[in-house]
Amino acid sequence: MKKWKAAAAVVLTIVLLSFTLTGCSMPQKDDSTFSVTMVTSDGGINDQSFNQSSWEGLQKFAEETGSEVRYIESKQPSDYLTNLDRATDSYPDLIWGIGYTFADPILTIAKANPDMSFAIVDNAYDDTPFNVTGVVFRAEESSFMAGYIAGMSTKTDKVGYVGGMKSAINDQFQYGYDAGVAYAAKERGVKIEVMNQLVESYTDAAKAKAIANKMFSQGADIVFHSAGGAGQGVIESAKDNGKYAIGVDRDQSYLAPDNVLTSALKNVDTAVELVCQEKMDGQDIGGQTLSFGLSDDAVGIPTENKNMDPEVYEKAMEVRQKIISGEIKVPATEEAYNAYAASLGQ
Amino acid sequence: MQRSEFFKNFWRKPIFATIIAILSGFIVAAIILASAGYNPWTSLGALFYGMFGRPKYISNVIIKSTPIIVTGLSVAFAYKMGLFNIGAEGQYIMGALAANVVGYLVDAPAIIEIPLIILAGVAAGALYGGIIGLLKGRYDINEVITGIMLNWIALYFSNYIVNLEIFHKPNTASMYAINESGYTSLFTQWKTTEAAATFFQEHPFIGDIMRTDVNMGFIIAVALTIFISWVLFKTTKGYQLRAVGYAQEAAEFAGIDVKKNVIQTMLIAGGLAGMAGVLNITGIFPHAVSQLSAFESYGLNGLCVAFIAGGSPIGCILAGLLFGGLLYGGQSLQYMAGAPSEIINIMIGTIVFFVGLEGLVGMIVDRIEKRKAAKSKESGSSDSGKSGSGTGGSDKKETVTTETKQEIQSPELKTLETGKSQ
Repeated sequence: MKKWKAAAAVVLTIVLLSFTLTGCSMPQKDDSTFSVTMVTSDGGINDQSFNQSSWEGLQKFAEETGSEVRYIESKQPSDYLTNLDRATDSYPDLIWGIGYTFADPILTIAKANPDMSFAIVDNAYDDTPFNVTGVVFRAEESSFMAGYIAGMSTKTDKVGYVGGMKSAINDQFQYGYDAGVAYAAKERGVKIEVMNQLVESYTDAAKAKAIANKMFSQGADIVFHSAGGAGQGVIESAKDNGKYAIGVDRDQSYLAPDNVLTSALKNVDTAVELVCQEKMDGQDIGGQTLSFGLSDDAVGIPTENKNMDPEVYEKAMEVRQKIISGEIKVPATEEAYNAYAASLGQ
Repeated sequence: MQRSEFFKNFWRKPIFATIIAILSGFIVAAIILASAGYNPWTSLGALFYGMFGRPKYISNVIIKSTPIIVTGLSVAFAYKMGLFNIGAEGQYIMGALAANVVGYLVDAPAIIEIPLIILAGVAAGALYGGIIGLLKGRYDINEVITGIMLNWIALYFSNYIVNLEIFHKPNTASMYAINESGYTSLFTQWKTTEAAATFFQEHPFIGDIMRTDVNMGFIIAVALTIFISWVLFKTTKGYQLRAVGYAQEAAEFAGIDVKKNVIQTMLIAGGLAGMAGVLNITGIFPHAVSQLSAFESYGLNGLCVAFIAGGSPIGCILAGLLFGGLLYGGQSLQYMAGAPSEIINIMIGTIVFFVGLEGLVGMIVDRIEKRKAAKSKESGSSDSGKSGSGTGGSDKKETVTTETKQEIQSPELKTLETGKSQ
């Protein structure tokens, strides 16, 4: 019985304490300042990838326009919806969900809050609600360039690809890259073997490292990854083996300056900034999917690549022009890739 | 009479030490926040606002706490017979997985669907816990080691199943959700209707709560707690379990089949952890298991909850609510005050650490009491006998029981701490 009383006392104390503290309340809606809130995926804000890029884009946007930007970090997928809901509490002008895993949560929250605007990175809906904007990247274009560079630079005529999880987005990287390698192989008149494997995770760096180690020991000398945070394992492996890795999403050469050949950039920050700007300018961006590619400078490769032969870089830039002009149609799906490979074979 | 006794002995009770530990956690967090350049007052204010500031926050805290309370219960139950169920994490994963598979494949009316899902999840968790029990009971293999290993097996097994083509929802990281008849969320259908929308406008308080995944889980968790308390303290089985926990050899000598009890305990503890998984799958969005890159820590948080609760089932509810509140409120700490949410982990770690030092609080209390007694003797006050030898018979008895309790607890606490560091 006494235990009960003591327990009741604890609960009462906490509740009372909370009442005294409710004085410091949430920032209320302020119409004069444009505000944006983003919710990260479970990779966290410092994932060296999407979440981090998006946040950098928002910070830059805030610096340039004086807008108010905030983020909420998710720990697990079941947090997404509650965090989005929390984001709506301060009535921001735009709420971002970072990554395609937000597809369902964004739909749910957008339906519950028809008076607010939402945007999602890396997802295209078949039927986009009027208050949601999908933002996608033609990552196959930068991956094609990465594949082309790998194909032109390889000494062993064996290259590797380490993917994250099977999805339409991941396919863009894989088949874009494979197609780029095939294009280079045709240009050089040799046969280049590509080893493809998925980590089945975006965070398991140890597993990604093991996969890359295996590829290097089987003779590959360049491995490209699109495995988010897990991809750091691939770069570590390249460092340990004295071979090359191709980074993804951001210029990852700082992780291993001597072992990163180049990176297939996905400038999420550029896209996030552009979309925020459009929203701020009062454009109606809802109900559609915006696609960003080489022509918007939203994907590409870094200008500084100290491990790359300058000649290869020049050629890669020519390829870039060909992609922008439409001369090269980069495949983004398995079907398109098979058709593309067949057309090269002729 | 009784009331004054309650207050006199309050600071000798484990609960007092627990409160001190929780306060210490907040103080340490405040110091760290201050040294990192954040205003501790506004930061902790943001934390509390994030827990209680709006009706829906309170609702979310309860939702977040529900599975942790049940895994805590699982750990506390096994702990009563001296078993350290670090495998609760794996049992949780298996329970959630089985619930999702059955809930997706079987589409029956709610009255059949929900019991079926519960049965599947509990059975999966129980069997998985039973493996640990069997290895411990039959071959005397340490349950901590098998538990940790089985956790990893569960994690990768779950990922394997999630990625099977029949279960994997394309372009997501998760399985197909269970059928809607299996939801234990309340008013899911009604919530989206227009009648509900106008009702919510008229009653913003209820409307705010209804924005969350209000579900039956917490009620089930409380019912389970009462049931487990009853089993432990009012049945022969519970008596046997506790007897084994206090003194295994003595219990065996008294004719209790220890091996059988170990296996049964682990079956029940596993079933409870599996139930936690079921509650999450049936109760909250996305109603499906996601591909996991790391443990979601429901089981491991359950360990901390059971520990803070001192192994008491009822205490698990309170400790679980505290834990859920810190985890959920911690996100607004960062959103509103800009402070990193990792501070919550530091706070939780500190609380657990100070709970481990429970004996220390007792020692300090003893010393203060002695000094007081000495002082009052010096001044020749008449009520010196009161705090020293104890005037009433009941008073003396109370002190004795708390002391023995502490003695029994200290070796157990050591086990818990070593386990935690793994």
